[in-house]
Order: sequence, then C-alpha cells, then structure tokens
Amino acid sequence: MFCSKKKLLEAERIVKANDREYNEKFQYADNCIHTSKYNLLTFLPINLFEQFQRVANAYFLFLLILQLIPEISSLTWFTTFVPLVLVITMTAVKDATDDYFRHKSDDQVNNRQSEVLIDGKLQNEKWMNVKVGDIIKLENNQFVAADLLLLSSSEPHGLCYIETAELDGETNLKVRHALSVTSELGADISRLAKFDGPDTKLMQNSGKTKFKRTSIDRLMNTLVLWIFGFLVCLGIILAIGNSIWENQVGDKFRAFVFWKEGEKNSVFSGFLTFWSYIIILNTVVPISLYVSVEVIRLGHSYFINWDRKMYYSLKATPAEARTTTLNEELGQINYVFSDKTGTLTQNIMTFKRCSINGRIYGEVHDDLGQKTDITKKKEPVDFSVNPQADRTFEFFDHRLMESIKLGDPKVHEFLRLLALCHTVMSEENSAGQLVYQVQSPDEGALVTAARNFGFIFKSRTPETITIEELGTLVTYQLLAFLDFNNIRKRMSVIVRNPEGQIKLYCKGADTILFEKLHPSNENLLTLTSDHLSEFAGEGLRTLAIAYRDLDDKYFKEWHKMLEDANTTTDERDERVAGLYEEIERDLMLLGATAVEDKLQEGVIETVTNLSLANIKIWVLTGDKQETAINIGYACNMLTDDMSDMFIIAGNTVAEVREEVRKAKENLFGQNRTFSNGHVVFEKKEQLEMNSVVQETVTGDYALVINGHSLAHALESDIKNDLLELACMCKTVVCCRVTPLQKAQVVELVKNHRNAVTLAIGDGANDVSMIKSAHIGVGISGQEGLQAVLASDYSFAQFRYLQRLLLVHGRWSYFRMCKFLCYFFYKNFAFTLVHFWFGFFCGFSAQTVYDQWFITLFNIVYTSLPVLAMGIFDQDVNDQNSMDYPQLYEPGQLNLLFNKRRFLICMAHGIYTSLALFFIPFGTFYNMAGEDGQHIADYQSFAVIIATSLVIVVSVQIALDTSYWTVINHVFIWGSIATYFSILFTMHSNGIFGIFPNQFPFVGNARHSLTQKCIWLVILLTTVASAMPVVAFRFLRVALFPTLSDQIRQWQKAQKKARPLHRRRPQTRRSSSRRSGYAFAHQEGYGELITSGKNMRAKNPPPASGLEKTLYNSTSWIENLCKKTTDTVSSFSQDKTVKL
Amino acid sequence: MTWSAAARGAHQPDNTAFTQQRLPAWQPLLSAGIALPLFFCAGLAFIGLGLGLYYSSNGITELEYDYTGNPGTGNCSVCAEAGQGRAPPPTCSCAWYFSLPELFQGPVYLYYELTNFYQNNRRYGVSRDDEQLSGLPSALRQPANECAPYQFSAAGLPIAPCGAIANSLFNDSFSLWHQRQPDGPYVEVPLDRTGIAWWTDYHVKFRNPPLVNGSLALAFQGTAPPPNWPRPVYELSSDPNNTGFTNQDFVVWMRTAALPTFRKLYARIRQGNYTAGLPRGAYRVSITYNYPVRSFDGHKRLIFSSISWMGGKNPFLGIAYLVVGSLCILTGFVMLVVYIRYQDQNDEDEDEQ
Repeated sequence: MFCSKKKLLEAERIVKANDREYNEKFQYADNCIHTSKYNLLTFLPINLFEQFQRVANAYFLFLLILQLIPEISSLTWFTTFVPLVLVITMTAVKDATDDYFRHKSDDQVNNRQSEVLIDGKLQNEKWMNVKVGDIIKLENNQFVAADLLLLSSSEPHGLCYIETAELDGETNLKVRHALSVTSELGADISRLAKFDGPDTKLMQNSGKTKFKRTSIDRLMNTLVLWIFGFLVCLGIILAIGNSIWENQVGDKFRAFVFWKEGEKNSVFSGFLTFWSYIIILNTVVPISLYVSVEVIRLGHSYFINWDRKMYYSLKATPAEARTTTLNEELGQINYVFSDKTGTLTQNIMTFKRCSINGRIYGEVHDDLGQKTDITKKKEPVDFSVNPQADRTFEFFDHRLMESIKLGDPKVHEFLRLLALCHTVMSEENSAGQLVYQVQSPDEGALVTAARNFGFIFKSRTPETITIEELGTLVTYQLLAFLDFNNIRKRMSVIVRNPEGQIKLYCKGADTILFEKLHPSNENLLTLTSDHLSEFAGEGLRTLAIAYRDLDDKYFKEWHKMLEDANTTTDERDERVAGLYEEIERDLMLLGATAVEDKLQEGVIETVTNLSLANIKIWVLTGDKQETAINIGYACNMLTDDMSDMFIIAGNTVAEVREEVRKAKENLFGQNRTFSNGHVVFEKKEQLEMNSVVQETVTGDYALVINGHSLAHALESDIKNDLLELACMCKTVVCCRVTPLQKAQVVELVKNHRNAVTLAIGDGANDVSMIKSAHIGVGISGQEGLQAVLASDYSFAQFRYLQRLLLVHGRWSYFRMCKFLCYFFYKNFAFTLVHFWFGFFCGFSAQTVYDQWFITLFNIVYTSLPVLAMGIFDQDVNDQNSMDYPQLYEPGQLNLLFNKRRFLICMAHGIYTSLALFFIPFGTFYNMAGEDGQHIADYQSFAVIIATSLVIVVSVQIALDTSYWTVINHVFIWGSIATYFSILFTMHSNGIFGIFPNQFPFVGNARHSLTQKCIWLVILLTTVASAMPVVAFRFLRVALFPTLSDQIRQWQKAQKKARPLHRRRPQTRRSSSRRSGYAFAHQEGYGELITSGKNMRAKNPPPASGLEKTLYNSTSWIENLCKKTTDTVSSFSQDKTVKL
Repeated sequence: MTWSAAARGAHQPDNTAFTQQRLPAWQPLLSAGIALPLFFCAGLAFIGLGLGLYYSSNGITELEYDYTGNPGTGNCSVCAEAGQGRAPPPTCSCAWYFSLPELFQGPVYLYYELTNFYQNNRRYGVSRDDEQLSGLPSALRQPANECAPYQFSAAGLPIAPCGAIANSLFNDSFSLWHQRQPDGPYVEVPLDRTGIAWWTDYHVKFRNPPLVNGSLALAFQGTAPPPNWPRPVYELSSDPNNTGFTNQDFVVWMRTAALPTFRKLYARIRQGNYTAGLPRGAYRVSITYNYPVRSFDGHKRLIFSSISWMGGKNPFLGIAYLVVGSLCILTGFVMLVVYIRYQDQNDEDEDEQ
C-alpha cells in the first residue's frame, strides 16, 4: 500500500539504462503481472475474511454465536451452522476456481520470452523478469509486455510501427520514432523498459475493477434491511408479550415453568426472549437466498456460454459470460453505448460503387433491368487474368471491366487517380506478393480496387510513384503532395507523367470539391451529385474525384511560392494553405467513389430491434464527425425522417452553451428557453417540467456532439442541459471522444438518469467505458483482448447483443424476479408461524417446527424447485422474445420485482402463515384422534404444520412455474418425496435408538399422517392458501393482460404453426440529399511520404529541392505524433510524452 | 470464470435441448377452461366434505364436568379449598354424579382436560431427557442439563425421571361407578387404562432401564423421584408392565400438548357390559383430587366422549370446509362474470377489427 502511494506521487523517474544494480535502489515494480488474489497458504484466511465481510454471512455468524448462549438459544446451533458451512464452502469453491484460472492466465503472460541485454550479452528472459532499465531487443511481430522507450530500430530514422490491437482494437499500424540521440545506435529494434508490471500504462489505465452490482442486488439489500427492521419489530412485540406474560400468567405458574438462575425478572426475561426470537425468526432473511441467487446467475451464465445462436463460427468464438453476477441486469438496460470501429463496423472498407463520368458502376441489375441487392448468386467479376489482383476483392458489375477494356479514357484516368493519389506504402511479402501498408483503410480499399482493375500501384520513392497500368509499368514524378487535413477535407498529388504532362489529382469531400470545379462541369456535377446522394443513402462513404491539367510554367511559379512559404516562419501554415487553395481549382470532375465501411452482420436489424425495445443507443467513437454520422445513417440510427439533428461542435464553453441552448429551444419550442444566468434558479422548475416535457416532445431527434464540445460540456453547468437534451433524442452520436470521455458520458447517464447502462466495444479505448457502465460487453474473436478482459460479457458480433438482451437478459430478469418473489414469500410463510404460535406458548420462543425441519427446509426441502424455476423458466420462447421487443419493457420499468411487489409477496406470505397456523390450531383445539388418543400434542402439531407448509409452498411453486421441464417435475415431486422420506427416517425407531435426544419425534409421522383428519387439515390449508392466488392471477390475466400473457396464449394456440408474418425491420432507406463524405485519413502522412522517412534505405536518398524544403521546414515527427495518437494519446497523456 | 475457457478451447457449444434451453416443457396456462371448473368442483367438494364433517362432529356425544372446585361448583371445592397453598396438597376425594337418560353410544373415552396449562412453554417443554426415558443407564445417572432445576435432588442424587414435565405429572385419578337401578348399589365400570399411550411411545420411546436382579426398584437405586412426586417412578403402578418409565399415564403426560388447553386420554370404556357404551342410569365418578390448578387460574375437566370416523368432537374443521368451499364457489362466480364480460369485449374488439 505504501509503495503504491509513493508511486502516485512520483514526479520523475531516474533510470540508468542497463544498470540493474542502480535501478534496484528505487524499488520499481517488477514486470510480473498479478491478477490472482490467493495462493495455497493465504486462501483459507483471506477467503474467509472476505466472506465474513459480507453482511449476510456476518449476520449468520452472529446468529450462530447467539445460539451458543444457552440462555437464549431457542434453536440448536446446527440449524444455522449447517447452512452457513454449506454456503461458505460453495462460495469458497467458486472463488478458488476463479483464482486458479487467474493464476493460469498470469503465468501465460508472465512467461512470454523476451531478449534482454544482460552482462553485455543478449539473453532470453521471461517478461516477468524484465526490470526497469533493461535494454530489450525486439524483433518483428513480437509481443510487448511492458511500456518501452524506443531507442533505435532497423527501420530508417529510428521508426517503428506498432500494432495496438490489444490496446485499442485498431489493427492499423501506428508509427513511433526513436529519440534522435539514440536512433543512430543499433540495427535491430531495441528498447528500454520503462514502466513495468503494475506500472504500465495499461495496468494503470485499467483502474481497479469495480465490483459491479445489479439493481436487483441493491434492491435486495434494501429489502433485507427492511426485513431486519421487521424482524426487530416482531422481536420487540414478542419480547413485550413475554414480559407481560411472565408477569401476569407465568408468575402463577412458577411451580411448572420455573425461573432459571439469575433470570427472575420479567423484563429481563423479555430481553432474553427478544434474542431468542431473533434466532428463531432469522429465517425470514434466508441464508440460502444469496447462494441461490448466485447459483441461478451461474446457470444463466452457462446458458449464455452455451448458446449456439451467439456462437460465431467463422472465428470459432462462443459468447461468454465473464461475470456471473450481472445477468438479470441485462433485462433492464435503458441505454446502450456502443463503440463504432470493430463493434458496429468490421473495420473493413470495401470498394462498392463508383460513378465515372456520370455513369454508375457497381449496381447489379436483374434481367428486368431493376436494381437488385447484391446476392451471393451473382457472379463476381473475374480478376484471374490479373495475376496481381487481390483475391479478397469482389465486384459484381461487369460493365466497369468492359469499360476498361474498351479503353474509356475517363475510366482510365479515374483508376489512375486512385492508384496515384494516396498515402499507401507498398511492400513485397515473402511470397513475392504485393502487400499494401495502409494508414487509412478507405485508401486501402480504393487502391486495392484500382489494383484489381489493372492500375496497380507498385512502389513509391519520395519523388516518384510507379504504377502498372494495364500491364505496362509507368513511373510518375511526384511533384507535390498536398496533404489531407480536416479543414481541407481533400488531398491532392501533383505528378508529371512520362509524357511530361503535369497533372493534379484530387480526391475529397464532395461538398468541398464541387466548389472547386471548373464551370464546364455543371452537367456532370448534377449527375454525379445525384449518384453521390444515392451512395450516401445507402450509407456508403463517398469521395469525389477530380483532376486538373497544369501547365509547366504555372506549376513552377506556384512551386516557387510554396517553397518560399515553407521557409518562412510566421504564418507558414496559412500561407501554405492559401497556396493549396490556389492550385486546387478549376478541377475537372471525374466521378465519385463509394466505399462501404462494412457494418458487422445484422447491425441494422439489431439496432432497429433494440430501439423497438425502447433501448436508446448512443454511439461513442473516436472517429471524425462525418464518419460517425455516416455510420449512424448506415445502421439506421439516423434517418431522414428525423425531425432534426443537432450538431454540437463548439470549441469554447460559450459556443457549446449557445448550441445546446439553441437545440433545446428547437426541441421544446420558444416557451422553454433558459438564459445562462438563471440556470440554477430554474433548475427546480425544469425538473418539475421534465415529466411533462418528455411527453410533449414529438418526433425523433438526433444529437451529434464532438469530443471538444463534450469536454466543455462535461466540465461546466451545461452538463445537465446537455443530458436532458441528449435523453430527449432518439439517437446520440459522440465523435472524436477519448476513452476517458467515453467513460464520462457513461457515468453521466448512469448517475443522473438512474438508468441501467450497457457499454459495448472491442478495443482498449473502450475499456474505461466498459468498466464504468453497469454492464460492459466486449467484442471477442479479434486480436485485441483488453476490452474482452475488462468486460462482463463477450461475444464476437454486435448482432448477438440483441439475443443477449432480449432473450437472455429478459429471461434472467424474469426468472430472478419470480425467484425472489417466491423466495421471500416462502420464508415469510415459513417463519411467521412462529410469531402466531408465540401468542399461545407464553411468548417463550418455542419453535413450531422440529429443529431438523428448520435446518433442512430452505436448503433441502424447497431449494431445488425454486432453483429450477429460477434457471429454466420461460414465459415466452426465445423467438417470440426477439420478435416482440416490447416484451423487454417490464424490465426497464422495473415492474417484475420492486418494493411494491415485495410487499405483496410479504402479505401473501403472512396470509399463508396465518392459514398454516390457525387452521390446525382450530382443528386441534381439544381434538382427539380417530383412535380416540389425543393428537393435539406439540410434536404432531409441528409435523402437521411442517407437512402443510411443504405442500403449500410446493403448490405455490407449481403455480409459479410456467415452463415445466423434466427437471422441474423431478425437483418438485422429488422435493416432496424427499421431505416425506426424511420425515419418516427421522421419526423412525432406528435413528431414535442411536440418538434419542436428537430425534425425539419418534413415531410421530407414522401416527399423525395415518389420521384422516390430519390430511383433511393439510388439504384445507393448501386450498385456502392457493385459492386466492389462482383467483387473483386469473382475474389479472382476464382484466389486465400483459403482452407476455397475450403472447403466451397465442403461443399456446399456435404451438405448431410458425408465425405467419414476422416483422422484418427494413434494412434500407430511401435516399436523400446529403453528403456521405467520410474518410479515415489522418494528417501528416503526406509529409512522411515526401520526406521518404518511412521508406527503406535501399530507396534512393532524398535529393530534390522540394523534398529538402519539406524535410527542413518542420519537425514533422512531432506533428505526426500529435496527430496519430488519436486514440492512444489519452492513455499516455502525461508520462510517455514527458519521457 | 475469469479466463475464458472458451476463448482458448473455441469449441462450438453442444446442440442439445438442455444447453439451448429448448427442453420440451409443459407450459400450463391458467385458462378459464381449467380455472372455472376447478373452482366450482373444489367448492362443491369442500361443501360436501364440510357438511359431512360438521354432522359427524355434531353426532358425537360429549359429557363434560369441571371439577376444578372453584367455590360453589360442587363437592370438589372442598378438596380445592383444602389443597390451597399446601404442597404437596393432602389427598382428598370428591365425586361427580350424573345420570344418562339413554345409552351413551360407545366406544366411550374418558379424557381429562386442563386449561391455561402451558405445556408448550419452551422452558417447560425442553425440560426432559429423552435418553434417560429411553432407558439408557448412563443417562439415568447423569440427566441432561436441560432438566435443571429438576436434574439433581437436594441430596445430589440424579432425579429420575428428570425435568419439569415429569415433575408436574398429572396425578388425579378417577374411577367410574354405575348405579343400574335407582337406589341400587354402585358397580364399578371397568376402565381400560392400557393402550392409552401411542404405540411407539410405549414400545420405543419410553423404556425402563435394564432390571437389576430382576428388580426395577434396584435399577432405579441411587436416583431420586421428582420433588413433587409422593412415590418413586417404579411404584407408579403395581402392574410390572405399566410402571417405571413405561407407565401409560406418565407416557401420555410426557407427550406435551401443543396448546395451553389440552385433553389427554385417561381410559377407554370397552369391557364387560360396557362394550356398546354406557347404558342409561346414574353414574358416579370418584375423583382423587391431588393436582392443584387454581393457583394459575387453570381448570380441570372430565370428559366422556365418543369418536367418529374423523376423531373427536370439533366443529371447526367442518365449518372451515364449508367456508372455504363457499368462498371457492363465490370466487368462481366472480371469475365467471369477469370472464364472460372479457370474452364479450374481445369479441367486440375482433368485430371492430
């Protein structure tokens, strides 16, 4: 503890490279990852300590101690001891298994091999033995299990590419650059270990795993407190009764009911009685409750693991419930926060369509000339003639290939542009095949498309680009590279072809590019823009493509000006930007491309269905606004039918405030404006109006907010307004948000809306969000593991969320609620009989039942049927749960188990206990048996009430069970059979002969249960207890049927016939006029390319003046770092940058 | 469950009905077709049963006499007066005279009833040692602690039988005399005092300690009788099968009652001329009045009762059945009305559609 505190305060680290002795002085942590909690020796004490920290266990331990005091012990100690030991053992076994798996996973990570420089030699060392300050040699494609400082690499200029899939789930490569001082040193990648083990960025960011609890858990705890209160009340009533009785009646009865030593005072007797009754009545807080809840949840978790409909066969990944304590919360989700990349989308871009010179390619027409969806039956274009084609690429429109063969110059120019204007790097892999290193997957898709259509990008140097045009190698001179940025939303290259013509090729957002076109393009522009709308309507990411012929002289002048601009120091960026603007005009439109950011399968359906289930889906993404909106449209979260879409993108607090204000004005109309100065003043009023407002807002709204604005909004008083606004909207998209902000948004909703939240993501950038949400879901089956490791549930495809929530979640919630209702009912019915009996036994804390019965009732006689119900019950089947998402609503509204329900269960239990006690009481009052012998003795009375109780609660569970599997039958009938067999065994002569004092009920069952009148009593008690329940249920279903009731009836009626018309959500929308522009490009790569920094040394060294200018002009690496650390930076915020 | 077995194993889950939650199941619905007939049938059946129970309970004859001896309630008040405040109270006799105008249909059972006697009080109820009573010699010498303060006598000897229950053994005794002709002599009616205890109690639960030299008295040597007892346990009866711990009165008493008012069987009348019941005539019950109950406002009663197929007289069960049966039918009607109206509504809705 002390150690970790010190580390928090640590301002700087002094590390001597390769000097273990020196570094040891600082006691830096070692690189061993410990997530396990126990070892063999510490298991028992630590685990027991932990277990008794739970209130319930501590309570039962306290009871056990009470029972050991002879003065108040109204029950023998084993009535508490046996269940307590059982409960503790079960939990301990579970904890031990969990920890065993943690040990295994730790070992796996810790034992990975690394090469460390020790004593001047490279030695193999396990990662766990790596120390701070060690110099490590890494080779290509090795795992990195510590935070490292890059010293040098075999790549030129000390560059190295790292994949951060395990951190953020993004598979593209990030560039890191060694310090210039060290970069000259070595050939291979070598690195200095900087932070180890628990100090790594990852471990530090992962934070403490918070113990998540479900709302049912919290409710349960509240109710248990209520029950404690109730118990104390009962105890006090009975204690007062005892004092009065001892004073009034008992005093005259001393000859028989003697005083014990030191107990000769009725008030003191009342005090002792209080504790005695606390012991007897403790079963209202059933010890088996918590264990049973755990068992049920475990069962549900296994069902999730076993579900084949959530098994992704392509990656052989089944769904997994990694936390086994949250299942029923899955049935109560109000908000889903989803990551975009890798979650909604596959992070695969495919070239889908293009419009070249006013003609659309990529649509598939059927025989009648109607546009059809691409189906598997269609024959894809055969690229086999092109030996370098990418096999994975598929295109279904043969006309494009024909156009290429016909030599359409525009088509050729179009594809040439795709092959030239990009930042892709090419490589040959070991098999001699061309491999592209792409920084932006969009570009990868475009270049790959061009490659397959015969315009193959082969290689580049800082000043040339070589492509193969339909079989002929052509080398273009790269004259200028006009890089992409967010304001320009376009990139251009200026190249000189072998014929000597200078051309500017430009691709970018249609909105921007269309303004730069030459006026002669007007017709084509209209046509292309129609096409673009169509593409956008399908949720494709579009880029407009244009070129410009430049004459030599003009270009030289311009280039001179650019060089000048680059050398100046002040306003350099502005001047360069101005020059870019200057040359990128009078463009000739070629067409447009449409790239599909491939959604995961079934995302649209899932989103639609979840919306129908009244679950709000918020997309939180690190992507750009355009990309995010684009995806919003692609998965039907944003539609054109929406009344309005608010975009909040202000850069200052004031701007954001204004934007929020405007949006709210728009939303609520003019009557509900608010001014900044009066926010606090009006807050109360707003709260009051909230409920009204929620009904008055009609129409669907969407909110898009970016990370900057969010940062301002979250830190100021706008927070609540923003939240209010966001919650009114059907869809919320947060773009460019950091992992921390993702978590903040989740926390905001979680804390202020009192809603149950679920976060789903696939990368390490989602970890914080996954951890802060009530439920975190990780997309598994990809390379990154962090999200999955932090998650509570994991599966391979976003679409499984639907099944997880609507089927498993709903069932879990439904079952858990039924279970709790029944459990509380059962224990009230069981325990309160003692209370009624108290009035007739002088409040002497005499139990009604045999102590063995009390011991076994909850854990043997009645546990299995209710467990079976809690695990297997279904009201409607899975298909209908999916088909009728409205069935999900009771969970969100918390209808099936709440305080009101609990009070009903309690009343029901009290009623049953009354029937259980007073019917035998009335019957046995002065009653003789049918053989004339007395039967109104205490033991017979106990047996009759116990038998009635077992039968009554079994009838009740039978009424509650709506899905009788074989297991339910076995458990219910088996429990009754078990009861009778144990009863007869314990009342048998044999066992009495061995333990006469423990089993004094000998012969009782035989004697009592052969009497007709006793069975009549049991029958009457059962019917009297069950009849009102049946009547109430019947009337409720008849008068106020729920959707579930209706579907059940319908399901029963149609058991054999399949549903006639399943509502299939519409997958496509009509097109609309808007820009579908989105691009995953990041600024900075242009400079990297033209400088040649990222190219192999074998490439000719940079020589041209142009290149030099760029190289000298700016510390581009800094730029690059700044810009490429989009997602990672938040992880490294302080320490890495400083170092 | 922290480290996914699945992520490594990567096995497709089994396609069984169990894992896929598709187990064939009976899914009962509470439809009108089931609920309504159930309520009406149950109601009718219960009313039938209730009537049967009620009439058979009413058919039982009971003759009851309170012989507590509160002042002015008969000749037992003398005994009650005499025993006031004296422990042990002196042996005193009193009698109850009654006459039967017609045959008291047999078999006739004689019960005594105590009221306001809390045999179900925990302190009282636990004050016994079942091991001792089952004849274990070790327990005979070392009674269980629960018996305290009736565990050891003042002299330090173990009490046998120990405990408050045994100590408070009911020790009134009764004999029944029949005067066949007016002014004729009273003839003693034979009372069958055997078989009043449960078979298991008499044969299993209560056993005398092993005899020493064939003598029960020697077996109990070194023990003390409970303080309230005038004589030791092996002298409870002269019948060797009915003495010691297996004395039937004792066994009956040791089966403690559930409620503060209770009856215990004293004898059956089924021998000689009385197999058919008690013939008409005058009767006298001679009561040996020992047991003090007035101190705690208790009552002692004597009851002659016959028995029906369902046991002794108690109208409660019959009435309860009638009430529950009627409620079932009433609820059934309410449900029927609701169901019909609801059906109508549904039909209308469908017509509208």
